[in-house]
Amino acid sequence: MTIEPTRLRASALGAGFAALVVAVVAGLGVGPVGIAPRAVLYALVDAVPGLSADSGLSSIHEAIVQEVRLPRVVLGLLVGATLSVSGAAYQGAFRNPLVDPYLLGVAAGAGLGATIAITQNLGDGAGLVDLVPLSAFAGALFAVVLSYGAGYIGGRSTASLVLAGVAVASFLTACQTYVLQANSDAFREVYSWILGRVATSGWSEPMLLLPYFVVAVAVMLRYRRALDILAVGDEEAQALGIDPRRVRIHVVVAASLGAAAAVSVSGLIGFVGIIVPHVVRLVFGTSYRVLIPLSILFGGAFMVLADLAARTLVEPAELPIGVVTAFLGAPFFVVVLRTSRREVW
Amino acid sequence: MPSITTGALSVALGGVPILHGVDLDIAEGEWINIIGPNGSGKTTLLRSLLGTIGHEGRIEIGGVVIDKPQDRARVLAYVPQSPVIPPGMYVVDYVMLGRTPHRGVFGRDTDTDVAVAIDVLNRLDLAGFVEREVRSLSGGERQRVVLARALAQQADILLLDEPTTALDLGHQQDVLDLVDGLRRERGLTVIATLHDLTLAARYGDRIALLADGRIVVSGAPAEVLTAEVIAEHFGATVRIIDEPDGPVIVPATPDRSPR
Repeated sequence: MTIEPTRLRASALGAGFAALVVAVVAGLGVGPVGIAPRAVLYALVDAVPGLSADSGLSSIHEAIVQEVRLPRVVLGLLVGATLSVSGAAYQGAFRNPLVDPYLLGVAAGAGLGATIAITQNLGDGAGLVDLVPLSAFAGALFAVVLSYGAGYIGGRSTASLVLAGVAVASFLTACQTYVLQANSDAFREVYSWILGRVATSGWSEPMLLLPYFVVAVAVMLRYRRALDILAVGDEEAQALGIDPRRVRIHVVVAASLGAAAAVSVSGLIGFVGIIVPHVVRLVFGTSYRVLIPLSILFGGAFMVLADLAARTLVEPAELPIGVVTAFLGAPFFVVVLRTSRREVW
Repeated sequence: MPSITTGALSVALGGVPILHGVDLDIAEGEWINIIGPNGSGKTTLLRSLLGTIGHEGRIEIGGVVIDKPQDRARVLAYVPQSPVIPPGMYVVDYVMLGRTPHRGVFGRDTDTDVAVAIDVLNRLDLAGFVEREVRSLSGGERQRVVLARALAQQADILLLDEPTTALDLGHQQDVLDLVDGLRRERGLTVIATLHDLTLAARYGDRIALLADGRIVVSGAPAEVLTAEVIAEHFGATVRIIDEPDGPVIVPATPDRSPR
């Protein structure tokens, strides 16, 4: 007799990378100036320092790929991957399918931080560094610390932490609404921030997010097996010799850092952190050894495609990406739910 | 040599005292059944041995106090009363969870881990189930899978919390016979809580009666299970029928004959 414990199969990993490549090539090639996939790939290779390839494109077209679209595609990829993997990790840590990366108030805190920065004119309009993302990031972390503090007072249980997160999110949203009402001239700008976008001005946003993406992904990959153990509940996990609280806090802190950094550069893009992990579960199974790496790949691919739709569907205008993720994501999710025979939760 | 010794073991949950100075000596290879009415502290006793709840007093396993959860999980395996079965988890992965104490949180499956899992799956007749989801199994099959996970821990002591509650009569016997066979083969020490007093008398060497957080009597089944003891602590009126393999406890029907 032989047994095969669940592991990430090469076919699943291949499917994830294939989705990512297709999304990236489409994201770089489609737009007001259409560029063939083959030329996109050559231009991509050419963009790597130390490598050169002749894409056959004019220098303007090559610049469109490498300097206009590439940073935006990379940002979408990082934001999507971070939100998806954080969502998957939160769901595992709290053993709850409805949990998203905004559970502990990350979104509300970031919203408040961004609103304060915008209404105080700390945006790049002032000619200084753009303080909106930094302020949003500080707000998001503040919210998580507040949730943990309130949850700790409330009895340290997982349920009290979740409830504390709900309370903190409502409170910070109320603060944000108040600040906004008091500065109604900033309404449009704040609203557009909240709906989310992955528009970039060069590489500063992707570079801002990159370190947090690396930390979040590294921690989550390392804890993927621990999340499988946590699935049997705290008492049994303890009986198996692990400390569930310690695993949970490491995972949640890493996921919160990642989510906070993602929303601070892209706004409040909803739905991704719930939908991508669930689609992966429905197709590839529920083990976190599979779910964590695939959420990174498919999350990145999904966001790049969503951004592609956001900037092409109503050309030359752009749709807010948060609208697109839900508008396309929700029906897609229902289709997957309908066709999958797996019981995933 | 004693396998588990507790001295003045007391537990309070949320400020409410549950166990009051429990002293137990359980010998290596012994099977002891803990009985007692609902709320007497049976599960709390198992959890304190397991280290999942705090306690006062002393718990020695194999003569030493074990502090580290991972070390404890190598000598103590637990079959909970209502195990949490994660959705979509396959039998093979569920049983492999039992290797966690040997592998740690971050370790990979070694050849030994796989060999132990295969051995346990074969022993429990689960070879045909490895690729099934645990949730798709019947109650009896599921109980064997949970037992398999505990055995994969290769611990010397098995804690069973009401292992038969969800099972029909045939499966109750199957599970307890299986545990008994494993105990003899592998020299396991078994500590079980049981509601069914006849089963408690039939399986195991000794019965300890827990009432209001204290061990009130402990000894051979026939010594512990008397109509008086059961009336006093369970508030039940029973008749005891002495059978060769142990006493049988039968609820006594109230007298319905016409006066």
